[in-house]
Amino acid sequence: MSAGEITRISGPVIYAQGLADAGLYDVVKVGKAGLIGEIIKLKGDLATIQIYEDNTMMRVGEPVECLHRPLSVALGPGLIGSIYDGIQRPLPVLKGLSGAFLAPGLAGEPLDTRKKWHFVPSLKEGEPIAPGTLFGTIQETDSIQHRMVFDASVPASTAATVAPEGDYAISATLVKSGEGKEYTAVSYWPVRTPRTFKEKQVTREPLVTGLRVIDVLFPIAKGGSAAVPGGFGTGKTMTQHAIAKWCDADIIVYIGCGERGNEMTEVLTEFPTLIDPRTGRSLMERTILIANTSNMPVAAREVSIYTGITIAEYYRDMGYHVAVMADSTSRWAEALRELSGRLEEMPAEEGFPAYLPTRLAEFYERAGMVTTLEDRKGSVTIIGAVSPPGGDFSEPVTQHTKRFIRCFWALDRDLANARHYPAISWNDSYSEYTEDLIAHWDAIDPSWDTLRSKTMEILKKERRLADIVRLVGPDALPDEQRLILLTAEMIKNGFLQQSSFDKVDMYCVPPKQTLLLACILTFHELAENAIKNGSPLLKISSLPIREKIIRLKSSLENEKVQEGQAVIQEIRAAFAQLGTTAQGAVSA
Amino acid sequence: MRGLEYHGILRADGPIVIAEHRENVGFSELVRVRDRSGEYRLGRVVDISEQAIAVQLFSENTGISIDESWIEYLEKPLTFRVGDGIVGRIFNGLGEPIDGYPPIISSDLRDTNGRPINPSARVYPRDFIQTGISAIDGMNTLIRGQKLPIFSGNGLPHNRLAAQIVRQAKVLSGESQFAIVFAGMGIKYDVARFFIDSFEKSGVLSRVVMFLSLADSPSIERLVTPRTALTAAEYLAYEKNMHVLVVMTDMTNYCEALREVSAARNEVPSRKGYPGYLYSDLASLYERAGKIEGCEGSITQLPILSMPNDDISHPIPDLTGYITEGQIVLERDLSQRGIYPPIAGLPSLSRLMKDGIGEGMTREDHRDLAAQLFSAYAYVRSVRDLAAIIGEEELSDRDKIFLGFGDHFEREFLAQGEFENRSIEQTLDLGWKMLSILPESELVRIPPRLIEKYLPRAAEPEAKE
Ligand SMILES: Nc1ncnc2c1ncn2[C@@H]1O[C@H](COP(=O)(O)OP(=O)(O)OP(=O)(O)O)[C@@H](O)[C@H]1O
Ligand SMILES: [Mg+2]
Repeated sequence: MSAGEITRISGPVIYAQGLADAGLYDVVKVGKAGLIGEIIKLKGDLATIQIYEDNTMMRVGEPVECLHRPLSVALGPGLIGSIYDGIQRPLPVLKGLSGAFLAPGLAGEPLDTRKKWHFVPSLKEGEPIAPGTLFGTIQETDSIQHRMVFDASVPASTAATVAPEGDYAISATLVKSGEGKEYTAVSYWPVRTPRTFKEKQVTREPLVTGLRVIDVLFPIAKGGSAAVPGGFGTGKTMTQHAIAKWCDADIIVYIGCGERGNEMTEVLTEFPTLIDPRTGRSLMERTILIANTSNMPVAAREVSIYTGITIAEYYRDMGYHVAVMADSTSRWAEALRELSGRLEEMPAEEGFPAYLPTRLAEFYERAGMVTTLEDRKGSVTIIGAVSPPGGDFSEPVTQHTKRFIRCFWALDRDLANARHYPAISWNDSYSEYTEDLIAHWDAIDPSWDTLRSKTMEILKKERRLADIVRLVGPDALPDEQRLILLTAEMIKNGFLQQSSFDKVDMYCVPPKQTLLLACILTFHELAENAIKNGSPLLKISSLPIREKIIRLKSSLENEKVQEGQAVIQEIRAAFAQLGTTAQGAVSA
Repeated sequence: MRGLEYHGILRADGPIVIAEHRENVGFSELVRVRDRSGEYRLGRVVDISEQAIAVQLFSENTGISIDESWIEYLEKPLTFRVGDGIVGRIFNGLGEPIDGYPPIISSDLRDTNGRPINPSARVYPRDFIQTGISAIDGMNTLIRGQKLPIFSGNGLPHNRLAAQIVRQAKVLSGESQFAIVFAGMGIKYDVARFFIDSFEKSGVLSRVVMFLSLADSPSIERLVTPRTALTAAEYLAYEKNMHVLVVMTDMTNYCEALREVSAARNEVPSRKGYPGYLYSDLASLYERAGKIEGCEGSITQLPILSMPNDDISHPIPDLTGYITEGQIVLERDLSQRGIYPPIAGLPSLSRLMKDGIGEGMTREDHRDLAAQLFSAYAYVRSVRDLAAIIGEEELSDRDKIFLGFGDHFEREFLAQGEFENRSIEQTLDLGWKMLSILPESELVRIPPRLIEKYLPRAAEPEAKE
């Protein structure tokens, strides 16, 4: 331990002398209060330190102690269902220490040290150990088996002793190596270093989100990365909440990075009451929360992203599919900017440091589908919210993010104002995963690709026609073109729009997604024919079946998709009826 | 040390004073600077090195000289003295009484910066506050513990609206202790007077705590005014279990003071010269709203800000909107057409509405009704754009019906008297009456069951104007 002394205090950035043997990014305890900080610059024995807590009344000359290890997270059973601040302090424990308000200088064990877990060894004494060796399992929740695998920092050796099956606290030694190194259920990993895996794989499996506009029009792959940019109140958080609730990942890491406290509380109160349709267990049993809200110290906000992604990689390395929600990456970028400003660095665009794109790239690069050290398949999918100032996507964070993600779900102010949710614009969004995922869908539902491209085509045509209508009004268009407008309207109301508050519709299983589209497109096809045969559009648009199709999303439950096939028959019947009356009119 | 003054400073630069580092001061410590005329100013230590310290003053620097200044270190951050006696009193931005009555007697000093609420100790706000204003109750419901700003512009009736909300706000589920905290930053005397009179007329003046830093007081004082006010609010809410409504006006003046100090410190600006930390700084105020576990009280914030040039994408409204739980936007166009309150139908939003309305809270049809009104009104706006180009006569019949709906909606639903207090049932029924103008097949956002139950059938559809 080396001791230094504070020489300058400038907000959350302080300077200290006498830490000659400290390393860059080492953790330090600053001042009499022992606030946690991290060395971010070293010059001779002058260290620049960012502090993760409020340092009101800190004085020059107070001691600084270097812990000689990088900022790390504790990884082990008990992470699931927890809520941490940006540097993995357990918020409920802190509440026990200082009440409803956070005080500086608090410390708490990230994992429950008293709880006993049932350990089942998978290693025998005398067997070799190396990075990637599974040494045991613990049933962490009903659906999550915690696989304890030696990480890349473990030297190759043999197991001298292995604890027998039984109940252990996390501090108990489970494996002892030939060299006498002891291993417990907990390991530590530096947050700024990506965890080691064997190799990256190409991802061809969708992450099914249950949101139609995403799954069908702009799908994301497991191990992919996506950005959700949008001005305030356009629905970034709601979209991320919806995905966190219903997507088919095994584990969710939700990072509230510089956003509202109440949104965290909402997750904490709502998730335990919701049932994961795939496991039948509460959603909290697959969720980990990192909450560093906008009013909590800004340096800890900068780290919160790394804390979250490291935990995600840890579960990936057990062979799970993990989805990370980061809300909002812009607040993280602003934390970088604020700290960079304190360091008096040369700013690049809009005051952001020149290394912003590098940091963004490093972050999104931590997404991926991998072969783990243990030779299993696991993935981390990153979905990052972006909050562009003034809702203007030309600003640096959105622009740089675009370079490193492959899915762009652009939220549109006009859609949000019209309460068309999710306000994901079908004009400005894109997904580069679609091609990779077609094979997957083909095997399940061969119509997927056709339905999808037809829908896109109608929406594209509608956009062109809407420009004309804006100048001359709809009456100038022939009926075939006005039908495009009508169908597009049905796609928007009956398919794209999906309220998170609708009990039936808040998530939508893939068979229902294709069924709804099939209904709308069947209607469209038959209407096209009817128009050719002389039926006026007005008659078609006032068919009661049209309203029924639009309402189908809310009336047809996910479990009863099969019953929806009858609607297609009804549509055919309605048009057959229309055909005979039209014919009748002509012959009369 | 208290009572010990150090003579002389090194430099004075706007609101920043640089002095030699002669006593081991703490970061953010409160200091007192005396000038040659014997006048005192308060300031805060914002940077400390081994040789020098930087102090940010809370008032004008006129009269500060290099040689004839004396600094005293007060060994604490800026605090506010809390106690039962604060209710009914008027303070300046720094928390010193300015109403001519004696100082508050209490030994309870609170750091005005407050402390962040532990997110796991928050209670999610759900209690509906009835303001009696249809545009708010029906479409952008206010919830106890919410932070819901009013985005306004010069000359728009934001003060009248705020006063009406304060006058009419009530929670349907029984009575409880309430208080109002008012923070005035850089506002004119007559605006302050307007609020005092209005509080007096509605008989709540004795429950108001006022913090006034008027237009003629130093702009820097505005930086502490909301913090002092929120310290008072936290005391009343979390220790006295009161429901506190905090009105803060005008946040634009606050932000400008922040920019002034940032410029004086030569910080790298982000947009329009505002500091990069404007978001975090505003969050440190707005996030002090809410409810916490084990405590009856709550803090509801109603900040008012004027959008420079009516521009909602200006950094001040923009960053506010990113932090608060929605916004009530006032629209000049509505106001010019004589509609009060001129609450813009589309850009206004209440994010906490979703969990505070519906069966058992307001009425089962509330959510769907509001969604339908929003979507119909959004369509009205696009029809109006079209009509402006091709002329109203050229519109389709359907579009003409929507135009009629839009007109009624603005004149009957949005508009109401400044002293008209509508119950939530009246508001919702009025909403249905508006919808009855539209063909029933247009109401696809509402389940048929609710249409059946609530849509007035007898009413003659009024198709055209
Ligand atoms: N899918 C949805 N279904 C229903 N309502 C929605 C949906 N998405 C958004 N909303 C509505 O929009 C409001 C704002 O959404 P949200 O809080 O997600 O915005 P945001 O983009 O995260 O804003 P900010 O950047 O300020 O955090 C919600 O409170 C809700 O009323
Ligand atoms: Mg959000």
